[in-house]
Amino acid sequence: MSFPYLSAILFLPVVGAIVIALLSKPEQKTIRTVALVFSLLSFALSLYVFAGFDRSTAAIGLMQFEEKLDWFPAVGAAYHLGVDGISLPMLVLTTIIGVLVVLVSWKVTLRAREYFVWLLVLETSVLGVFASVDLILFFIFWEIELVPMYFLISIWGTGRKEYSAIKYVIYTVLGSAMMLTGILTLYFTVGTMDMSVIARTDLSELRAVIPLTGMFVLLLIGFAIKLPVFPLHTWLPDAHTDAPTAVSVVLAGVLLKMGGYGMIRFNVGFFPDVARSLAPILAALAVVNVLYGAAVTLRQTDLKRLIAYSSVSHMGLVLLGIFALTSVSLTGATLQMFSHGIVTGLLFAMVGLVYDKTHNRNLTTLGGLARRMPVIAVVFSLAGLASLGLPGTSGFAAEFLVFVGSFTSSAFDSARVMTLLSAFGIVLTAGYILWLLQRVFYGPPLEQYAHVPDADRVEMVCIFSFCALIMLIGLYPAILTNIIQMGTKPIVALLGMP
Amino acid sequence: MPHQLAWFIWTLPIFAFIVITFILRPFFNHKPEWSGYATIVSIAASLALSIWTLVAVMQAPHHVLEIPDVEWVLINGFTIKIGMLVDSLTAVMLVVVTSVSLLVQIYSQGYMHGDPGYPRYFAWMALFTANMLGLVMADSLVFMYVFWEGVGLCSYLLIGFWFHKPAAANAAKKAFLVTRLGDFGFLAGILSLYLSQHTFDIETLRHAAMTGAIAGTTLTWAAVGIFSGAAGKSAQFPLHTWLPDAMEGPTPVSSLIHAATMVAAGVFLVARTFPLFAYSEQALNVVAGIGAFTAIFAASMGLVMNDIKRVMAYSTVSQLGYMMLGLGAGGLAAYASGGHLETEEAVAIGIAAGIFHLFNHAFFKCLLFLGSGSVNHATGTFDMRYMGGLRKYMPYTTVTFVIASLSLAGIWPLAGFWSKDEILAVSWSYTPVWFYLALVTVFMTAFYVFRAVFMTFAGEYRGGEPSSAHGAHGSSAHGAHPPKPHESPAVMLVPMVILAILSVASGWVNLSGAFTSFLGHHVEEKTLLEGLFGIFAHPLPWASLIVAGLGIFLAYAMYARKWISAEAVGRAFSPIYTMLSRKYWMDELYEGVVVRSALLNGLFRGSQVLDEKVVDGTANGISDGAILLGRGIRRTQTGQLQGYAVAIVIGIVAILVGFYFWH
Repeated sequence: MSFPYLSAILFLPVVGAIVIALLSKPEQKTIRTVALVFSLLSFALSLYVFAGFDRSTAAIGLMQFEEKLDWFPAVGAAYHLGVDGISLPMLVLTTIIGVLVVLVSWKVTLRAREYFVWLLVLETSVLGVFASVDLILFFIFWEIELVPMYFLISIWGTGRKEYSAIKYVIYTVLGSAMMLTGILTLYFTVGTMDMSVIARTDLSELRAVIPLTGMFVLLLIGFAIKLPVFPLHTWLPDAHTDAPTAVSVVLAGVLLKMGGYGMIRFNVGFFPDVARSLAPILAALAVVNVLYGAAVTLRQTDLKRLIAYSSVSHMGLVLLGIFALTSVSLTGATLQMFSHGIVTGLLFAMVGLVYDKTHNRNLTTLGGLARRMPVIAVVFSLAGLASLGLPGTSGFAAEFLVFVGSFTSSAFDSARVMTLLSAFGIVLTAGYILWLLQRVFYGPPLEQYAHVPDADRVEMVCIFSFCALIMLIGLYPAILTNIIQMGTKPIVALLGMP
Repeated sequence: MPHQLAWFIWTLPIFAFIVITFILRPFFNHKPEWSGYATIVSIAASLALSIWTLVAVMQAPHHVLEIPDVEWVLINGFTIKIGMLVDSLTAVMLVVVTSVSLLVQIYSQGYMHGDPGYPRYFAWMALFTANMLGLVMADSLVFMYVFWEGVGLCSYLLIGFWFHKPAAANAAKKAFLVTRLGDFGFLAGILSLYLSQHTFDIETLRHAAMTGAIAGTTLTWAAVGIFSGAAGKSAQFPLHTWLPDAMEGPTPVSSLIHAATMVAAGVFLVARTFPLFAYSEQALNVVAGIGAFTAIFAASMGLVMNDIKRVMAYSTVSQLGYMMLGLGAGGLAAYASGGHLETEEAVAIGIAAGIFHLFNHAFFKCLLFLGSGSVNHATGTFDMRYMGGLRKYMPYTTVTFVIASLSLAGIWPLAGFWSKDEILAVSWSYTPVWFYLALVTVFMTAFYVFRAVFMTFAGEYRGGEPSSAHGAHGSSAHGAHPPKPHESPAVMLVPMVILAILSVASGWVNLSGAFTSFLGHHVEEKTLLEGLFGIFAHPLPWASLIVAGLGIFLAYAMYARKWISAEAVGRAFSPIYTMLSRKYWMDELYEGVVVRSALLNGLFRGSQVLDEKVVDGTANGISDGAILLGRGIRRTQTGQLQGYAVAIVIGIVAILVGFYFWH
């Protein structure tokens, strides 16, 4: 058996966490260095997997870098890992964000040891969600993620942090409960926990223990809370606003993607027929997400809350792309998840920087910072432009693919209207992003911010790398779409769609 | 020419941008002028390549150069390719963009001298030029849309160049948002064309329109969508409000982006996709109608502005409307002729008329802005009420400005005359209504531009204004300006003189009909003399010349001789004057009523309340309900056995009774 790359990627952060826990009276510097080293190692290995991923047509629809150990033979559960075209980009995204959050947390001193331990555990759990090919394993990783999140928000957060942390947990657990029911009914119908087997099984030919639509909805609610989909989204602005910067970055960067990933993998991948029949309703919800999300965003005056609501709007495009059910739209949706991860991750990191230096997040009292912090202003603007889908950035490539794919979808009649309504979001997005940039950075320099510093060296390295990544994907999206399309192709084949 | 070289035309300025941003600005900041040189050298090289391209296109069969495509994205049979379409239209635009850009960059060295943002300015100007060149070369709608947004971004950045001024920051945001509203239509147009033809390739789409593969309402809606993008960029009614505000940017920016090139991109887009319009009479009517209306509407506001740049801004909007009218009316000529004229030929007539005016306008309007900048450089203000008498101090500026004004007014034999005449001629051939609208516009144009000339250069100097509303340039870059205005340095005057020559002569390229023929509308070759004087065989040019002359005379009477008091006229027509100077209250309507009242404080506020009270309220309500329920139930758990026993008995009885009735 070859070297278990995926297990190494998965567990390196946890090993880092254990090392930190075992150190005797470590200094904050040592802790963060250990955290950085392990997250970097995990990132480097994920790049290796990305490079080594077989892109040939023969590999389409197959799991790669598979690892399988019997684990719970009575129910056929196995320690089964693997990546395909959809999960690999998510895996890489998670390790990238994993490095970013350590750097973002560079100056955290409050209970630093626990903090970094939780951060690393969180990374492992999310990686596990994306790399699992076994239903039970998937579910376990999905649930583990809650624990570090609860502590990170409720201890290191601000404002109504306990309320937000509990709200987050209750919403997610509610979804998980339904999801578990869905997973169990699925298991009793198919008789296996192996996701790649289920994906190849035509469920409509089996005797289902509950109607397939029921299973679909149970699973969907779990994912819809995570994405989030209107009206299950109100945990998101609260969690974002009260979470520490790094947690906002993880939340927007990868946790929301678990929802989109689950929808593609489970809802569309396992239940193509149900997905097709419910697609018009879900696409309509996507439009609500995009437009209503943007409308509420335009009313926000707290920097963090504004970006949090913008996520609701952007995730609407993911939902639209998924349930437009074409290969282009699904590829676009996956690319949008990746793009939103790096763009919004960066945006939250930038908000954190602005807040660190000015101790202010209120858009009505900020202003004129461009002269004081030119580097932060430039990077914030670039991230903002990517968020509003400017060509040359990853945001455009992703949104454009979603629009083209959805507009040409024949899955349901209203696809064209839904796409145009969502596309109107580009105007509203430009509205709040440019308003934000103007409020924070432009205008005459203010007296009270006369001595705020610009980004320091560590911060610069980290934010410039993200800018480079955003541009790279914007200029050459094929670097990801070539892989993603290998994952969407078999799904689309099930749907009988072009 | 080798086709690889075509890539360099638009990538060279990107290299300049990269060099300035990553090398010159961080490491050679003490030598800011190097940034200017980098931009100028790269654009000069692009100009050389553009001229080479023009020559190659002239010699090529069908005036098209073949350039292989490069694949960009490929998803299960869906592809997006990157490629270039180099035909006569592209070649003309390339030369216009690179030459005007080069002259503006040279001028900027003087105008921006000493500004702390000097390297940033040239970096963005280079980026803009690259995007603009990419836009005119793109062979697919996606690729074009990429550059389309790119020039919009550069416009945003350069309008807001002095971002510390709230007015500049606002204007930048407004420009981006209003054009993006139009871009939404453009995007929708692209999507519907793709749905119908499964391609983004412009050449294929044009062909599909000509063969009738796309027709009917699909074609009309796609064309209207594209036009909405064009209307946003070219500031056509009702999306025109951003352009006058965009004058907050540095004047060379206004000159290059908001007069000569980017705002003309809308006209170019319509010309590029013109067959899509030509086979839909409704779409053509939209283009021509909005063009004609915008021309007269914007000119009317230009009559009363006191800020010299705003006069020019409204003039630009108006002239762009003219170009749209030329395109639309040209296409409609086929319908008007009752079948005598093939639509393909009408396409060529429309393109030739619109683009010829674009070509001439680029030079003289660019010069008018550079002249305004030169005047501002001397007086520190853009307000013409504080100028006057500058002909004594600034002879070169005066002469070049007057030449450009004559060209704009359409006086024979200057450039503007020839293209304006063609547009009047094609609009006459379809319906006289548009012709008369255009003729009134000619009168207004001549009046407002000479009003500016006389207010600025005639009479006595009125002392400038140390702290003007637009004084950022004067105050930030130059400190206190000298009490007596002075002529601008040679680095600014040389580009102006070259543009003055072009403002006279650029129209002569079509004396023989060569320009029109090159753009696809084959006309009989004439000798130059025939072209120069033969025009007077028709009555139309006489009409336009007389009307323009009247406009100039009225301006002379009111502002140079003061035979008629401008104030008295203003008072006499006070409601009209107020309406014009308040710009028909369009800004108030858009910003106050639509954005603020209807959306931000209406619909969006409603959404926010819904989100906080209803959606989140329900979630919190459920949790509160659960807590209340728990409290209620807890009361029953008293711990008293008697109570429990009673409950058990009642329960058993209830079950038995239920059981009894069940059977």
